[in-house]
Amino acid sequence: MLDVKKIRKDFPMLDNKTMQGKPLVYLDNASTTFKPRSVIEAMNKYYLEMNANSHRGDYDLCYNMDMEVLATRKAIAKFINSDVNEVVFTSGDTEALNLVAYGYALKFLHKGDKILLSIEEHASNVLPWFRICELTGAEVIYVSLEKGRITLEGVKRAFNKDKNIKIVSLAHVGNVLGYEIPAKEIADVCHQNNAILVLDGAQSVPHMKTNFKELDADFLTFSAHKMCGPTGIGCLIGKYDLLQKMDTFHTGGGMNVTFKSSGEVIPLDAPSKFEAGTLNLSGIMGFKAAIEYLENIGLDNIHKHDQELFDYAISKLEGHDNILIYNKDARNGILSFNIKDVFAQDEATLLNSKGIAVRSGQHCAKMIDEVIGEPATVRMSTYLYTSKEDIDVFCENLINGGDILDAYFFN
Amino acid sequence: MPISLTNEMMRSIIMDHSSNPSNKRTPSSNDYESIHMHSDNCIDDLNIYLKIENNLVVDACFDGIACTISLSSTDIMCDLIKGKSKEKALYMIEQYNHMMHEEPFDDEVLDEAIVFINTSKQAARIRCATIGWNAAENILKGKK
Repeated sequence: MLDVKKIRKDFPMLDNKTMQGKPLVYLDNASTTFKPRSVIEAMNKYYLEMNANSHRGDYDLCYNMDMEVLATRKAIAKFINSDVNEVVFTSGDTEALNLVAYGYALKFLHKGDKILLSIEEHASNVLPWFRICELTGAEVIYVSLEKGRITLEGVKRAFNKDKNIKIVSLAHVGNVLGYEIPAKEIADVCHQNNAILVLDGAQSVPHMKTNFKELDADFLTFSAHKMCGPTGIGCLIGKYDLLQKMDTFHTGGGMNVTFKSSGEVIPLDAPSKFEAGTLNLSGIMGFKAAIEYLENIGLDNIHKHDQELFDYAISKLEGHDNILIYNKDARNGILSFNIKDVFAQDEATLLNSKGIAVRSGQHCAKMIDEVIGEPATVRMSTYLYTSKEDIDVFCENLINGGDILDAYFFN
Repeated sequence: MPISLTNEMMRSIIMDHSSNPSNKRTPSSNDYESIHMHSDNCIDDLNIYLKIENNLVVDACFDGIACTISLSSTDIMCDLIKGKSKEKALYMIEQYNHMMHEEPFDDEVLDEAIVFINTSKQAARIRCATIGWNAAENILKGKK
């Protein structure tokens, strides 16, 4: 069990913050997470003590910054078990997925090729592929689901039916229902069929030990801000030979060896060839501090904590027939539900009036209504600083209900 | 409409309009001007239809998906806008927007729409309470 009381002291946002005049109960961690003081200090350190560009100077400040960037790259590589040169900095998960789409798929896909997705995917793992299909004549197809879950059998069936699948791109843990997919087994099936696996790790990497080499995915993407790190920084982890083979997406300074008036450009090797322009250096320093913070607590402990809170919430909510839970067996820190006959946004507004932050809607997975048969859900999501008391307040407010208009008239 | 409505009365007016929105229908004729509105922070996805004859709004209705606040506020907007000249309708919408943002407003013209006076307490829902009203404003101003 985590020492949540001690952990909470590390987070300025948890220091007696209120919302709507009530103690803040923050349960929207699948959207973004709070930052510990060490991350904020690391980011400030860039501006207060280290301000210089990287790769662009002959003086000490610049050299020191190069070392900081390398240190973060190494920290990420160790954290995710990849090689250092397999870590590409991006602005976040969305840019990382776009980089695979425009750098890899646009180069290697042709008319008639298929991209296998699920209808539960976040917009960032759907819309780049739609665009690639427009540009190449490839086609998106969807894996069949079993009770909202992506299964190995479903992926195998897709490959049996269609020999032209070249890319499979799936969330390692879904952002609405929170189910983990059998990524390693799916990677094996992809490779047996000469396809690659892109794993969207936005909801998995922050919450569970993720081993890139062991999973054998070809690409893995995630954002720092969902794991106690800064916004505006994330990464693409890619097998080095694929990174070398694929095209750059952004071009500009810092990504080329040389270029000539003829138009010839010699790009640097991966990962530098993808990192045109000045990097988010303050973000990179914060990213390293976030990884250090999480490693110090332990990813296995964080995952166990999420599971305990999930089970605790389910045990409290069970037996209340008006509370419809869509993913009782997910156990990954994401609980999606509705109150019978109450619109999701109205419920979220009522919870806001009690100081409870949750997300309502489709959570950017706009095809999810086809899975659960509801236009929207309310999503509660936990993290390492979420306390049992947070879950108590949340559950009590769901169970005791209250009229949704209380949010406007009882404050 | 007296401003002395009790909270209970205001709540029941909102609930009446959201559970039985009398103006939620798709027009059967094609002489309506319409506009589609959707929200990026709520599921609201609405078509608003106004029938305008000789500078007068003679009918107003809507269809689509909406949360309680957008459903009831749009339904009330449709009730109130019917029979108004373009100018009077625009003045009413302007006053409603002032109320939404806690600015001084002319309560005389807002009638039943006064029930949304507390929306700013839930700032994330202001967009819901104004979506139908903004749609009507856009139609009246010829913005599509």
